[in-house]
Amino acid sequence: MQTKRTIFSNKRLPYLLLAPQLVITLVFFIWPALQAVKSSFEREDPFGFKTTFIWFENYTRILQDAAYLNSLGNTAVFAVSVTVLSMGLSLLLAVCVNRVMRPGRIYTTLLVWPYAVAPVVVGILWWFMFNPSIGFIPYILRGFGISWNHRIDGNQAMLLIILAASWKQISYNFLFFLAGLQSVPNSLTEAAAIDGAGPFKRFWTIVFPLLSPTTFFLLIININYAMFDTFGIIDATTSGGPAQATNTLVYKVYADGFVGLNLGSSSAQSVILMLIVIVLTVVQFRYVERRVQY
Amino acid sequence: MASIHVENVGKIYSGGVRAVSDINLSIADGEFIVLVGPSGCGKSTLLRMVAGLETISEGTVSIDGGVVNDKEPADRDIAMVFQNYALYPHMTVRQNLEYGLKNRGTPRPEIDARVAEAARMLEIAQYLDRKPRALSGGQRQRVAMGRAIVRKPAAFLFDEPLSNLDAKLRVSMRGEIKRLQRRLGTTSIYVTHDQLEAMTLADRLVVLDGGRIEQIGAPLEVYHEPASTFVASFIGSPAMNLMEGELHGDRLAVGPSILNLAGYAPTSGPVTVGVRAEDLRLATSAQESFLLRVEYVEELGSQRLVHGMVGDQPLTVALPLEEALQEEMKLTVEPRRLHFFSRETGKRLTMPGSEPVRSRQVMGAVA
Repeated sequence: MQTKRTIFSNKRLPYLLLAPQLVITLVFFIWPALQAVKSSFEREDPFGFKTTFIWFENYTRILQDAAYLNSLGNTAVFAVSVTVLSMGLSLLLAVCVNRVMRPGRIYTTLLVWPYAVAPVVVGILWWFMFNPSIGFIPYILRGFGISWNHRIDGNQAMLLIILAASWKQISYNFLFFLAGLQSVPNSLTEAAAIDGAGPFKRFWTIVFPLLSPTTFFLLIININYAMFDTFGIIDATTSGGPAQATNTLVYKVYADGFVGLNLGSSSAQSVILMLIVIVLTVVQFRYVERRVQY
Repeated sequence: MASIHVENVGKIYSGGVRAVSDINLSIADGEFIVLVGPSGCGKSTLLRMVAGLETISEGTVSIDGGVVNDKEPADRDIAMVFQNYALYPHMTVRQNLEYGLKNRGTPRPEIDARVAEAARMLEIAQYLDRKPRALSGGQRQRVAMGRAIVRKPAAFLFDEPLSNLDAKLRVSMRGEIKRLQRRLGTTSIYVTHDQLEAMTLADRLVVLDGGRIEQIGAPLEVYHEPASTFVASFIGSPAMNLMEGELHGDRLAVGPSILNLAGYAPTSGPVTVGVRAEDLRLATSAQESFLLRVEYVEELGSQRLVHGMVGDQPLTVALPLEEALQEEMKLTVEPRRLHFFSRETGKRLTMPGSEPVRSRQVMGAVA
């Protein structure tokens, strides 16, 4: 990337120019994060009268809590499934659209719509479709002899939030994949065709490797999405139930902190969540990005 | 190695746009054919139809005797060198060279032998483990050619392979392509818009315009006996001077000037007269001549190009450096160096019963 160096004669001016961005970052990101770290070491009574400093007790307690470990497992299943499903489907759709460009425009516009739908609305949409009493999908499934009730069946509930969360993310992934595909020169696939590679082989040996920077970027975005941004969808469809089956880390932070009013434990959970994401991202940048450069 | 036959080939794109029509071309085994023409003349489309990257709307293309219209590019036994090289950026040079062979299930020792041979021939052996982005334009060009060579195909197809290189490198790569093709003896079709490249490389030139063949012939035939005003103005630098003139019996009138043709007039009435800049020379005062009003002069070092007007028509003349420049110059030309074209069709007019035109013969043989 090209960067232009500017030399300031006044030493204070550059800081002044940076100030708005710095203030926003400090006030809205760093400060709350530090507050969370601080309160993760504290215990507060439900009415906020008394706060005690208890070192790592919040952490040791949640790490021994079966419900917490369960939500950790749920999060892993959920994040991996959403990432794989939404990226896989959007890549498939992008490849299809890339083949036919002119009608592709309308198609692209239609595919981008889900991204504009608010997460809670997405949740409600799927809640209606899969509603065991009034939804049409359980009705159809019953015709195939499958009984759908995600209010009772934890696996079905998990499947539901995975579908809902993936559906919303497909638009975003699709746009990036399509842009990535269009930047692969036609002559490369033509050269590969002359070199005797069939369509399938061309895709996996030429196009997909050239998409790897896009894929890597989306991988990080999708994992972060699944871990943080799916609160609204889960809240609107299953609310973490049944029996904690769809309780992910981020939902539990909300449930314990704002519903259960256990702010200390909730803060400790969010600090751990923050650490998990930092570690994941560092690992990805360290080990994966090195391999996607060409 | 193979011959290629293109019969009545046309290309109509969806939407009814006609890109190429009625192309007939026979390419002998080992021949180097250059398709040349301005952009949009259909030369690349024709090449891509031979390669199998475009469907053939009309006619047939056969390679080595078999019609290949419905064959996949991979099954046509051709190799192509693209304008942007189309090297696989995520593979090393070696992997780029191996890719086509691996896809065809060539045994490993054979692959290694062929890659080594091509690398030696193109002097890219020391770059085999580099990625394409670490190579210069000329080196990438060699790798692209290497990828074609290792396959040992029936034909090479070149799609403006040198147009991304700088002028100096283009000249040296041009020589290398020619040498390599001679050495391997592989039938080649080469597309370019650069008439100089076309002249220097071709065994036979195919000049295209508006999706049709204007002329087929050896470079010198095309140069000396252009079949139409289009070919005359396209081949050669500076372009052939084309002026409107009138034939009266043995006399040619161009603007105010009149020349005696000494029996070289093919017809009478209005014609387009063509004359190469280097065929014009200064006239002695007694000779019949064109009167050129000089407008500006281009110094080329070995000679100078004098641009001016004869009457109201532009004319360029190449003069040796010794000749003194004047405001007005009298120019003459040997009548047999003049070219005559029909005003209506732009086609070349030949003397009835005169010496046979070689390029016409070639065209006849092909059609």
